Amino acid sequence: MNAPIEPVVGRYVHIDYAGRPYRLYFESAGDGIPLVCLHTAGADGRQYRGLMNSAAVTGRYRVIAFDMPWHGKSSPPAGWQDEEYRLTADDYTGLIMAVIDALGLDRPVVMGCSIGGRVVLHLALRHPRAFRALIGLESSAHVDPYYDTGWLHRPDVHGGEVAAGAVSGLVAPQAPAADCWETLWHYMQSGPGVFKGDLYFYGIDGDVRADIHRIDTARCPLYLLTGEYDYSCTPEDTLAVARAVPGAQVTIMKQLGHFPMSENPALFLSYLEPVLADIAARG
Amino acid sequence: MPQTIDDGRRAGVSSVADLDGFAARFAALPERLNGDAGLLRRGRYLNATCQFDIGGASVLLRIIDGRIAELQRNPSATPSADFAIIGEPAIWRRFLAADPPPGDHDLFAFLKRKELRVVGDLHPLMSHLLYWKGVLAHLRDTVR
Repeated sequence: MNAPIEPVVGRYVHIDYAGRPYRLYFESAGDGIPLVCLHTAGADGRQYRGLMNSAAVTGRYRVIAFDMPWHGKSSPPAGWQDEEYRLTADDYTGLIMAVIDALGLDRPVVMGCSIGGRVVLHLALRHPRAFRALIGLESSAHVDPYYDTGWLHRPDVHGGEVAAGAVSGLVAPQAPAADCWETLWHYMQSGPGVFKGDLYFYGIDGDVRADIHRIDTARCPLYLLTGEYDYSCTPEDTLAVARAVPGAQVTIMKQLGHFPMSENPALFLSYLEPVLADIAARG
Repeated sequence: MPQTIDDGRRAGVSSVADLDGFAARFAALPERLNGDAGLLRRGRYLNATCQFDIGGASVLLRIIDGRIAELQRNPSATPSADFAIIGEPAIWRRFLAADPPPGDHDLFAFLKRKELRVVGDLHPLMSHLLYWKGVLAHLRDTVR
């Protein structure tokens, strides 16, 4: 047998956060500068499968994608059955820093998409010296809710199917069908209420409009890349962040939507590689 | 002449009765939707009536077990639907265009900008959101 085996390795790391133990799943591939990748709301680290299988990236970056608690192969903490999951800005940033510490990563690059694109703005404010650079995909300072997220978690509506339906239009029409539908499959697999809980950060607690002017790109370079078909975090939303943050570098990506790394990995890499080259050249 | 299953006005096709040029799209919908096996499977438990409001004109689309059971153009003054999708003809024209530009490519984009509205009992819509988006795609000039 000579079946292709990807260079991606999956493992579990145990961390303690806010007095609770977590067993978190992460995948990694490559060697070099650590590049921590944050998935979107209601999804998991599989969104970065294209990046992990790109020799151009893994030749000089160690790509790491972990599943947030409640997502993918990272189970909720013990006691979850009596809780309503809601992601807050404090817990999101705290968990990311705990994972980076647990994995012993030295000044990694952190790249996040959607809620991950938002949280890199929080990271830039809270831990500006901890990162070599930050990359926000589909990054905005705030998004007004545009549908009732109550539909995402109720017993008479299939949570996975409604979540996929809610985000399906955020994929650009040019995305390859297989990658589009794999992206939606990740949403269909999300646990009950998880997408809704993530949107608490996206729509309410993660609003960072009042603070982004304090981001110092001299201490922490900030790159912003947004797909032109993203009507959740629109190109204009990202450009507004860039106007408020001197030194932020913006790219509006043609024929891409809200999930660039997952909906069209090859096209996304053509936009990302110059950014990664720029970061590597900074030393 | 566009074919419909029923036309509440029947006589005197005006620009309103012709749905500002959209009648042919709706007339073609039963054949297109009922020939889409994947969409029929997705909607196999759906029984609902949707009203499309295009300016002053309307279409009632009654779905039974995921199939179009009735398509009524310009129904009576007191139509009964579970929910309605409402917009002006110019907005619908943008939404239904072939290869729409960014921002004009999805129902939720128009809802976010309040250019289209959905009113009524949204359960049949939200519980079968991918199905309804598939129906809307079949109304487009080209299907993705």
